[in-house]
Amino acid sequence: MADSAQVVREQDPVRSVLRADGSLAGDPRRALGLTPEGFVDLYRKMVSIRRADQEALNLQRQGELGLWGQFLGQEAAHVGATMALEPTDWIFPSYREFGMAMCRGIDPATMLTVFRGLTHGAWDPRKFHFAPLAIPVATQVPHAVGFAMGSRLEGSGEVVLVTFGDGATSAGDWHEAMNFAGVFKAPVIFLCQNNYWAISVPLPRQTAGRIADRAAGYGFPGIRIDGNDVLAVFAATRAAAERARRGDGPYLIEAQTYRMGAHTSSDDPTRYRTAAELEAWSSKDPIARYERWLRAEGLLDQAGVDGIGKEAESTAEKMRTRLREAPAPDPGKAMFDRVYSRPSPGFQQEREEFESSLESPG
Amino acid sequence: MAKAINTSLRDALRKNPKTLIFGEDVGPLGGVFRITDGLQKEFGEDRVFDTPLAESAIIGISVGLALKGFRPVPEIQFDGFIYPAFDQIVSHVAKYRNRSGVPLPITIRVPFGGNIGAVEHHSESPEAYFAHTAGLKVVTPATPGDAYGLLQSAIEDDDPVVFFEPKSRYYLKEEIDLPSAAVPIGKAKISREGSQVSVIAYGPTVETALQAARSAEQEGISLEVIDLRSLSPLDTETVLASVRKTHRAVVVHEAPVFGGFGAEIAARISHDAFDVLEAPVARVAGLNIPYPPARFEKLYLPDADRILQAVDAALAYG
Repeated sequence: MADSAQVVREQDPVRSVLRADGSLAGDPRRALGLTPEGFVDLYRKMVSIRRADQEALNLQRQGELGLWGQFLGQEAAHVGATMALEPTDWIFPSYREFGMAMCRGIDPATMLTVFRGLTHGAWDPRKFHFAPLAIPVATQVPHAVGFAMGSRLEGSGEVVLVTFGDGATSAGDWHEAMNFAGVFKAPVIFLCQNNYWAISVPLPRQTAGRIADRAAGYGFPGIRIDGNDVLAVFAATRAAAERARRGDGPYLIEAQTYRMGAHTSSDDPTRYRTAAELEAWSSKDPIARYERWLRAEGLLDQAGVDGIGKEAESTAEKMRTRLREAPAPDPGKAMFDRVYSRPSPGFQQEREEFESSLESPG
Repeated sequence: MAKAINTSLRDALRKNPKTLIFGEDVGPLGGVFRITDGLQKEFGEDRVFDTPLAESAIIGISVGLALKGFRPVPEIQFDGFIYPAFDQIVSHVAKYRNRSGVPLPITIRVPFGGNIGAVEHHSESPEAYFAHTAGLKVVTPATPGDAYGLLQSAIEDDDPVVFFEPKSRYYLKEEIDLPSAAVPIGKAKISREGSQVSVIAYGPTVETALQAARSAEQEGISLEVIDLRSLSPLDTETVLASVRKTHRAVVVHEAPVFGGFGAEIAARISHDAFDVLEAPVARVAGLNIPYPPARFEKLYLPDADRILQAVDAALAYG
């Protein structure tokens, strides 16, 4: 992509890693600091999250989940970005980052209880350094910036990655957060997963400019990369994280990718996009192309591919079983327990009245 | 009162190194009402800082800072400028703990109410929007002593609190020894004891209700004035105990009467003390219009005369 060359600037930390066409310069093994196992692990994780994503869609179709938003096609962004961070770095997701959550070690079955309607949030963000899903678009972006400002104030060294789609860049919160990040030099990475479609609205209807270019207006660099190239995402995120950790402030990464599935299980993309477009993006599939590269490098063989496929199958199977066995929590607990740290007597009384109304017959 | 709030903020910054104060013009200027005067000088630019002019982000970064372990005390410069932050407050500040189990100890300070001769958007009373939202606590002091103590409680509380400051009463004076005890959230106070009608007010209208009570006394009418102090949680017990004594109630606020917080008070009294009521619960409040130009605000705002008319009607009922 010739576009990248115009965005990459002298001070850009990924310059030495990425060529203008998005390919890697030099020996990627050395540049990325990954071991042979590390390279294979990126593949393993992409295969695993894709299989789990498919299983979640199946579960929705079978009536086990109320809704599912697939991330098919965006596995490179999920895995590359998450694995480039330290485990103590924080991630602020939108609502499609199931793959990132899995990479962070959150039990996928537990996470799916959100889409089964059992809870609004199933994990402790502080344990996994992974914020709750943010469903209102772009609203998580200022949260990430605030956290990063706090990290800088304390000198605690955590870097924050916030991810969002192309649609989010139209929202006011996105602008306000980008501006705050620039002013306060917050150690935050803005990862735009530009998947071209915001439900049914294509990118040209979302913005007339290029997303990566907007960083300049806030006083920090932005880069457009091939978001279906897991190594490019890894390299850009790692470089941005190192830069942020050094105290050099925020960075915007526009990862160009494509939402191969529907917006959610309630959406019908055949109403607004063509089969030809889907076909064109299929050829850029992040897993297939990375697998080719791993094989060519001698890092992976057929036995390895088969083994990883089996592992992913088993993870999906366990997820399905555990989800279907997930107990429905007690209504009083589920609905009242977490509203206040210090509930008032009036609130407690309402809860008791509600709970006794459940116990009384009829 | 302005000095009491300033002292309360200073004490909160001293007590807990995690307390942060930020907003528009709160640094070297000390805020447009000088409430944060001298704080940046004393505590430095890391803990008391000016932000870009963007209310949604001011509240949005508070969420992240709280998640990181800070106690943010953001200031929204005027009541009418809180609306850009409405989504962050309602969708996240209020619901984050319910979603994640992580408490957000954020205190959002907002000067509110009219009667200061201001231009549009500077005199609003948006408290009902926030009292309607579960997960938030909503408080408003009426006296300097309560301003100090309630703010201490708000900042120490692990739940998010919207702290409405009655800006027309910033210059109200009271002799108090500071630091005074914290005023618990969720406790109303009897500002003046009386026997014939309960006048229930909060924030700027408590002083108005007290003026009405003093006038009524000269005519031999005894009003009990209740200062709610906390709208959410609401101290229904203190209100009901008073009404059980007086059998009549008048609720006062500056916000428009339709769907205002007075409706909640009236409904609770009507339901829980129906047996003792000798007159319908009356509401004396702002008109159902956008806040008027300053020239007309005295006609819009509840004053002692309008309260007394409602009192007379309650006493004459039946």
